[in-house]
Amino acid sequence: MSKSELSEKIILEAKNLEAWFGDFQAVKGIDVSYHERTINAIIGPSGCGKSTYLRCLNRIHEEIEGTHVRGQVLLEGQNIYDKKIDVVDVRKRIGMVFQKPNPFPSMSILDNVVIGLRLQGINKRSTLLEVAETCLKKAALWEEVKDKLSSLGTSLSGGQQQRLCIARALAINPPVLLMDEPTSALDPIATAKIEELMNEIKRDYTVIIVTHNMQQAARISDYTSFFVYGKMIEHGLSSDIFTNPKEKQTEDYISGRFG
Amino acid sequence: MFKLNSKTQDSLLFYILRFISLLVIFLLLFIIFILFKSAWPSISQNGIGFIFKTEWNPVEQHFGALAFIFGTLITSFLALLIATPVSIFVALFISEYLPKSASRILSLLVEMVAAIPSIVFGLFGIFYLAPMVRDSFSPFLKTYLGFLPFFQGPSFGIGILTASLILAIMIIPTVTSICRSVFELIPKHQKEAAYALGSTKFEMIKLAVLSPSISGISSAVVLGLGRALGETMAVTMLIGNSPNITKSIFAPAATMASVMANEYTDANNPQHVASLCYLALLLFLITFLSNLFAKSIVKNFSKMG
Amino acid sequence: MSLKIKINYRLFREIKTQLFKLVTILSAIAVILPLLLILKFVFVQGAGSLNLSFFTELPKPVGEVGGGMKHAIIGTIVIVMIGAMIAVPIGITCGIYLSEFSKSKLSKTLKLTVDLMSGIPSIVIGIFAYLIVVVPMKSFSAFAGGVALSIIMLPIIIKTSEEILKLVPNHLREAGLALGLPRWKVILFIILKGSIANLLTGIILAISRAAGETAPLLFTAFGNMYMSYDIKSPMATLPVQIYTYAISPFKDWQRQAWAGAFILMVLILAMNLFARFILTKIKDKKGF
Repeated sequence: MSKSELSEKIILEAKNLEAWFGDFQAVKGIDVSYHERTINAIIGPSGCGKSTYLRCLNRIHEEIEGTHVRGQVLLEGQNIYDKKIDVVDVRKRIGMVFQKPNPFPSMSILDNVVIGLRLQGINKRSTLLEVAETCLKKAALWEEVKDKLSSLGTSLSGGQQQRLCIARALAINPPVLLMDEPTSALDPIATAKIEELMNEIKRDYTVIIVTHNMQQAARISDYTSFFVYGKMIEHGLSSDIFTNPKEKQTEDYISGRFG
Repeated sequence: MFKLNSKTQDSLLFYILRFISLLVIFLLLFIIFILFKSAWPSISQNGIGFIFKTEWNPVEQHFGALAFIFGTLITSFLALLIATPVSIFVALFISEYLPKSASRILSLLVEMVAAIPSIVFGLFGIFYLAPMVRDSFSPFLKTYLGFLPFFQGPSFGIGILTASLILAIMIIPTVTSICRSVFELIPKHQKEAAYALGSTKFEMIKLAVLSPSISGISSAVVLGLGRALGETMAVTMLIGNSPNITKSIFAPAATMASVMANEYTDANNPQHVASLCYLALLLFLITFLSNLFAKSIVKNFSKMG
Repeated sequence: MSLKIKINYRLFREIKTQLFKLVTILSAIAVILPLLLILKFVFVQGAGSLNLSFFTELPKPVGEVGGGMKHAIIGTIVIVMIGAMIAVPIGITCGIYLSEFSKSKLSKTLKLTVDLMSGIPSIVIGIFAYLIVVVPMKSFSAFAGGVALSIIMLPIIIKTSEEILKLVPNHLREAGLALGLPRWKVILFIILKGSIANLLTGIILAISRAAGETAPLLFTAFGNMYMSYDIKSPMATLPVQIYTYAISPFKDWQRQAWAGAFILMVLILAMNLFARFILTKIKDKKGF
């Protein structure tokens, strides 16, 4: 996709974002902005703080004991770390899909998809069914599960479970969707399916995806950031980063000489 | 002089280990056999009807276990009623709210309660809990719930309520520590999934911690029940030891364990001794079954992952 | 309009969360409170009633003030020792079997047995020991009490020994076998020898549990009011003595019951905490 087709509207912005585990600083002074309806990949060697950074964007990082965050994350201009902001509301608007598929084990497929809506007090069955169908379709899972919506979410295969988790995240209709290595636990076929559906959901959502797989980043993303040791070395259009990186470190990494 | 080669030496060791292990297994069977044998005079005379007869009169040789079974079940039930929610809440407080260092201290304190000998609970119960029940708990319950038959009648401090309270205190550590270990098995990513959907902490706990733990919690409760059913000294000192079936929880009663503790040394009539052994056998079977049941829940639980 | 309803619903959820937190805190207090009360009463009443004669004197006849529990303290030590002498060798042997041959069918049966055994009400164990020791010997005896306590200690020792021996890393076993040692030598000289100190903590844990038991001793060791070292005759123990004194109407006996409870609690909690402390250390270090 050429640059001119991408939206110019900024939806999410990190300003001098830093994160710690105890005394260890995992994320160092990140400044970046994300455009609406784009796929943004974050790559870098393992242990470079890319997952931690992602987890700061919806304030999940702070749920681990002994961690803290400094700096700002602006969602449509509003700092989500502001004291007046309700963290529950933040997570409602910035969804997340994890590395390991994690449907709730005691819940059916249907319940897994609509649980986010239930939490918000929406209990009308027809609404829930409608949303479930839409989201399962967006997650390209509908055809496979429409006849067994009441069986356990954990009864599905790994790839299906991950798509179920994507449907679950989409159901609360967050403008931004974070994905933390969503395909690293999956086989190539399941991975391809998820990459395909990401291209579809990009019409409505902004996706920020951490991946250890450079080919994946090159295939699906509009923008790419390269992280090393908690620092963002480079951020730009994926087409530029992968063909013509500005930084030496980036070039070394993508050409396989480092990491 | 013969010399064993190492293979023979090994199999010798293996057979010794096996033999001792078998011995322990047979010990359990032997306990059942001896109880059954000693209870036989009473079993053959009273049959199953023993369980349904209320009267227990060693002088006139009437032996029925119902009053004791009632006492055992009602005190254990009330104890569980108190202990179950408290234990679950404490386990959640330890595993979900407290920072690690503080949670270690609190769980150590809870486990210290489990180490206190039951005779000390009994002593505490007689001199402090019973007067407290008589002077504050009972009047309070009578004032607010006195319209129910369970909360009527005089309270002398010694009785079902006091025994149940001490039992609850005694089984809370058991139930709490099992619940805690069940909650700690919940993978972190499940909790994060709940948070990522915009759950509050309470909703996260309900979704990701409590609902997948139901079977683990039930097995904790059943194990607590097993402990409550067989508890002897503290209950014997606090229940009043009169074999009645009453509606009021202030009234004295007796449990299977308490009647054994009270009467076994004085029993010289063979039917009396056999009936007490019959009770011991019944108590053994009840706890045996409830522990077996708890085990099977745990097994299914671990199978589920 | 709809926005306002939404905000109120969010407030409702927040209230629920805070209420829930409050309930868990209150529950924690409700659990700790009895512990503190018991500790307080036992320490205030018990330590206050304690004097030197408690340790050095025997009970005085009913009505006379004074006297002590020397006989019961010694009796408890003797009976617990008898119990340990029976339970420790059997328990550790079974622990070895469970850790070294854990996959066998017998192991699984033994494990179930151990679990069920630890659930037997202690009063039932007392009756069992009465039936197999007191009845044939025609007398209450310290030995019968020791047998009863050994059945209480056995499952605890088996379980902790198994856990401790399982912590011995497999490569040590393999290293021994690779040296050409027969398996029994590996077990005896590598696994057991290296774990002796750790196994001791399991034994201490079992002793701390057995020392506080009253019910199994009521009709086995029975109790008496004089000094006795004869394991074939009745012997006093702290828990039974406390029980006898606690339900008596005499103020001075009740005072001594508290003093006895104080000593028993200090002993048991000290042993228990010590063993727990060591066990968690072992587990953190994963064995060696």
